[in-house]
Amino acid sequence: IKPSSPCNKCLNVSWDSTPPCTCTINFTLEHSFESNVFMYYGLSNFYQNHRRYVKSRDDSQLNGDNSSLLNPSKECEPYRTNEDKPIAPCGAIANSMFNDTLELYRIDNDTRTPITLIKKGIAWWTDKNVKFRNPTGDGNNLTALFQGTTKPVNWPKPVYMLDSEPDNNGFINEDFIVWMRTAALPTFRKLYRLIERKNNFQPTLQAGKYSLDIAYNYPVHSFDGRKRMILSTISWMGGKNPFLGIAYITVGSICFFLGVVLLFIHHKYGNRNTSADIPN
Amino acid sequence: MMSLSAMCLGLFVNPPLSPQYTLWNFLPKNLFEQFRRIANFYFLIIFLVQVIVDTPTSPVTSGLPLFFVITVTAIKQGYEDWLRHRADNEVNKSNVFVVENAKQVRKESEKIKVGDIVEVKADETFPCDLIFLASSSTDGTCYVTTASLDGESNFKTHYAVRDTTVLCTDEAIDTLTATIELCPSCTLSLGPENLLLKGATLKNTKKIYGVAVYTGMETKMALNYQGKSQKRSAVEKSINAFLIVYLCILLGKATVCTTLKYVWQSNPFNDEPWYNEKTKKERETFKVLRMFTDFLSFMVLFNFIIPVSMYVTVEMQKFLGSFFISWDKEMFDEEIQEGALVNTSDLNEELGQVSTGCVCICLDGDVDGSALPARSPCSGIPHAPLGPDREELFLRALCLCHTVQIKEADQVDGLMAHPERKYTYISSSPDEIALVKGAEKYGFTFLGLENNFMKIRNQKNETEMYQLLHVLNFDPVRRRMSVIVRTSTGKLLLFCKGADSSIFPRVQQEEIQQTKVHVDRNAMDGYRTLCVAFKELTEKEYDRIDRQLNEAKMALQDREEKMAKVFDDTEADMHLIGATAVEDRLQEQLAETIEALHAAGMKVWVLTGDKMETAKSTCYACRLFQTSTELLELTARTVGESERKEDRLHELLLEYHKKSWTLSQEYGLIIDGSTLSLILNPSQDSGSSNYKSIFLQICLKCTAVLCCRMAPLQKAQIVRMVKNTKGSPITLSIGDGANDVSMILEAHVGIGIKGKEGRQASRNSDYAVPKFKHLRKLLLAHGHLYYVRIAHLVQYFFYKNLCFILPQFLYQFFCGFSQQPLYDAAYLTMYNICFTSLPILAYSLLEQHISIDTLTSDPQLYMKVSDNAMLQWRPFLYWTFLGAFEGLVFFFGVYFLFQNSSLEDNGKVFGNWTFGTIVFTVLVFTVTLKLALDTRFWTWMNHFVIWGSLAFYVFFSFFWGGVIWPFLKQQRMYFVFAHMLTSVSTWLAIILLIFISLFPEILLIVLKNIKEKNHQRLPSSGTSTIFMLSQTSSNHSFSWSE
Repeated sequence: IKPSSPCNKCLNVSWDSTPPCTCTINFTLEHSFESNVFMYYGLSNFYQNHRRYVKSRDDSQLNGDNSSLLNPSKECEPYRTNEDKPIAPCGAIANSMFNDTLELYRIDNDTRTPITLIKKGIAWWTDKNVKFRNPTGDGNNLTALFQGTTKPVNWPKPVYMLDSEPDNNGFINEDFIVWMRTAALPTFRKLYRLIERKNNFQPTLQAGKYSLDIAYNYPVHSFDGRKRMILSTISWMGGKNPFLGIAYITVGSICFFLGVVLLFIHHKYGNRNTSADIPN
Repeated sequence: MMSLSAMCLGLFVNPPLSPQYTLWNFLPKNLFEQFRRIANFYFLIIFLVQVIVDTPTSPVTSGLPLFFVITVTAIKQGYEDWLRHRADNEVNKSNVFVVENAKQVRKESEKIKVGDIVEVKADETFPCDLIFLASSSTDGTCYVTTASLDGESNFKTHYAVRDTTVLCTDEAIDTLTATIELCPSCTLSLGPENLLLKGATLKNTKKIYGVAVYTGMETKMALNYQGKSQKRSAVEKSINAFLIVYLCILLGKATVCTTLKYVWQSNPFNDEPWYNEKTKKERETFKVLRMFTDFLSFMVLFNFIIPVSMYVTVEMQKFLGSFFISWDKEMFDEEIQEGALVNTSDLNEELGQVSTGCVCICLDGDVDGSALPARSPCSGIPHAPLGPDREELFLRALCLCHTVQIKEADQVDGLMAHPERKYTYISSSPDEIALVKGAEKYGFTFLGLENNFMKIRNQKNETEMYQLLHVLNFDPVRRRMSVIVRTSTGKLLLFCKGADSSIFPRVQQEEIQQTKVHVDRNAMDGYRTLCVAFKELTEKEYDRIDRQLNEAKMALQDREEKMAKVFDDTEADMHLIGATAVEDRLQEQLAETIEALHAAGMKVWVLTGDKMETAKSTCYACRLFQTSTELLELTARTVGESERKEDRLHELLLEYHKKSWTLSQEYGLIIDGSTLSLILNPSQDSGSSNYKSIFLQICLKCTAVLCCRMAPLQKAQIVRMVKNTKGSPITLSIGDGANDVSMILEAHVGIGIKGKEGRQASRNSDYAVPKFKHLRKLLLAHGHLYYVRIAHLVQYFFYKNLCFILPQFLYQFFCGFSQQPLYDAAYLTMYNICFTSLPILAYSLLEQHISIDTLTSDPQLYMKVSDNAMLQWRPFLYWTFLGAFEGLVFFFGVYFLFQNSSLEDNGKVFGNWTFGTIVFTVLVFTVTLKLALDTRFWTWMNHFVIWGSLAFYVFFSFFWGGVIWPFLKQQRMYFVFAHMLTSVSTWLAIILLIFISLFPEILLIVLKNIKEKNHQRLPSSGTSTIFMLSQTSSNHSFSWSE
């Protein structure tokens, strides 16, 4: 599912365009999604695995280390300081965090029912609870804790305003954590939201028409990139992946074929052996 | 002749010889030596680059392994050098008494200066070259054995300088004030009989005094010595060649990546997209400089393709592997209670390569010498024609007609052949000892020589005394020797013994017939026969002979000819009394060993200081020459003594060269020292290099070459000559005496036999074995195995590093050529040192692809690894392709798996580090299992290290990912491995990829099994299907090491 025409108007957005350019994409689901549905956003031609990019972060800052908060690692250059204030979170990865907002609606007889998108539980548990931590200090007021730092250049809001819920704000914001896990290949997808199945009698997403509202903030046109939104169910093996099936079938059949050939040879040569023995 | 004035007065001390390092220069010198190796130097460069330039991996990743490698190697070399030091100290620090100010002063032998007066006691070795001043015996003589110098174990008499013989106490000797005068008028003439050489041993003389004239490196022994140069094995050369190939691959990869990077970056949004801006510094640097740093960064990234730890593993393998040689119980000798000794572990695999070259055996001295006790005379009493009287006479003749000397047994260490007896016989000719012992068996015991009286105990246990008047020494022209004795009753008797051909014409003809039959029969049976004759002399006759002999001895010109004439006259009209037969029992299994070496495709050269006759018969006895072998002789006899001998030699060479060399006929070449020096050091520039090459060609066509009458340096010369021939064959020298040292040092592999003739040979050799027969196992089994092991080790190392680094290279295509490492730094560092090093080390120590017994019994197998067969380009290509294939499988397998990176059942997404970890996991398992597939000989240790390192990898990954490491800048691996394992798809993918990677290998093994069975059951003519099958399999396994 790719944004083609409706969002073309937004192609040239920049970071600080306010209000954000919004667009809506309508699509139809042929089949209903029975189990939990996972909503991904995908980017292509985005080199999250570029070395300069990958190393441009400060893990001790993200782990809540107060000294690193105010004095980020040199690796974060050129996203280390802004106007003599340390950036929190520093680095290119944080700076370029995906900030489109996606909203999904089900269109049922021209009425748009919003679908509840759950934003927690999308990051690795260990990341959320151990690797990423907000800075410590008196009180839980994140604004105070991030005192003395400035927001990343491209962000509209500082890090302590990423979410309203305190356990999903600051460095432990799950969208942020997901983004910080750099992808392996230039075309990648990242988990955006979960759609949980509400009861056992209804599929999570029925077949039918849907619309996707996009607050288009994230420019990809400049590097010839593309954005995608993917809805997927997950089996015990993870997401849909044809590779393993094909590979297993191929290798299996090769083995089977070779086995048959060798068995045949073995059989034949065994025969010859006995026949050779007879004249002796 | 040498005059005192020619003596050098410099204060040379006796310095140590062999060790390479001292305590002080060890560190710098060893480091320098180590960084001379391409690989080490390369890693040093990489390390420096990492320190200086901003590179994808931290300097630790290459610094740590390098440090490890250097340390381990340094420890190993230090240890070996320490051993050498210790051995040297035994010699150089041994105490010597030096007379100073009328007192004995104890000094370490290395501190002797020229001009010191040294006191040497009986059975001590001379610490340096001495001029013999005085001895404890008033006549100024001493007996010396030069067994450890030239292998001749008989005693030689040396004479003190005439003017000083009287000074036989410490006090007296101190009164000697020698002024070395340079005026020619007052020179005192000194001959070789006054010079006592370092290394020789004083015998039967209580003590002597001598003045040191040459010490340390100046001594005759040291001059005959050659410097110990580092021996490098052929395998190491192959490694270097492969290294260069991989270096090229590395450079190629780095160049490709750098080029592509700039092509890719020419697109501005690729070069610097908004999300990934460059730092100010990066933007400001010059493009050329940036390109150069990029290139270096790629180099650093891919540098692991050159196996950093290969050298250290090779070193460890050699070092530990050499213990297997010394532990070998089969090479343990009961007699001297010692097993084999390994001095250099660098050449283990070279033992498996000798097939191409020549085994230069020094057969003199110990090889047949130590056979002495075993060489029992099946003595030829078959013939005693004239009753018991005659028989006794025959036995007396045997007891008297010899030059055997008695050595008291309690002073003898290694020679205790007959511990119940209190003495041993010593002679330059083993035959004589055999005969004397034979006589003893029949009741006549030779008790020794005292003041020119030979004592014999006869059958009735009475002692008979014979005055020894003259010994007519043996020489190869006469081929006989005689003694003239006076019995206690005053009768004068001449006993003569010699080869039948030289005795028969000199005895009464009617006596011959019966003896001849015996002699011929014995000779046919392979015994060495001698005939014994005697004659009675009247006083008058004796007087004449005595006079003639003395005249001849005094003669200044043509002395030898005159002597020969007298001998000839004397030894005539004798009565034949019998014949003896000596069974030539060489060292155990000598012949079998030589045959095995022959069968293994080695050329055997025998280099000996012995006389040609002795050497020849030894060669026949050890089946080096068969009766069918055609002998080509280039000796003094065939070349002649005339002035034209050079021309004659050249004629002979050409003649032999033009011979029709047929394959069916075996040829043997005999050459002696003087002729050899004619060839090697021609007098004029008579186009001699041409003859040298002709000589070499002849030599190489012969199956066996015998070089007799060789000086120690000549032996080395021959070895060098063979070494430098086309195809540079690997040479092996084996010998036991100090006279073999230079030859042992010169050859690629030098083996010493731990003989009784001192330890020089075994100390300077690379390997020392107790007996010659152990050579067979050493070469055929150990050498073969070591070669196979190390070859596999080397190939495996290149292979595993290729498939390690290839995915990293491929990853560059997907990360914008940004030098992003695929694996975590810890994995990069640990891969070669921890995860994959021990299994291959264990393999390379323990593998026996063919059992030792089979290898020892089938010398043909040795040919399979000849010519460095397993390290040629074909096997190398095979391994390289295998590595490349596996690298591709790893990377693209995981790449396709990551087309959808949500591989967990909760939809969460994996990042780049998981990608790398999956590849790495597959990699570690594949290369380890590949080794398991190759292993033919499983011990608990193999199991332990193979499964242990896999377990260690898993454990380490959990541990490494389980903790937030405070010293790390980035917590990249945090729980990556654990998360990876929660995904079922990852498990499936890992198993699948491992299987695919090993699939060709498994297929090969299956096909090989079929082929083998096929060969077993259908010997030659496989019909079409199977034939094709074996072809395909050989296609796949074109380089498979069988």
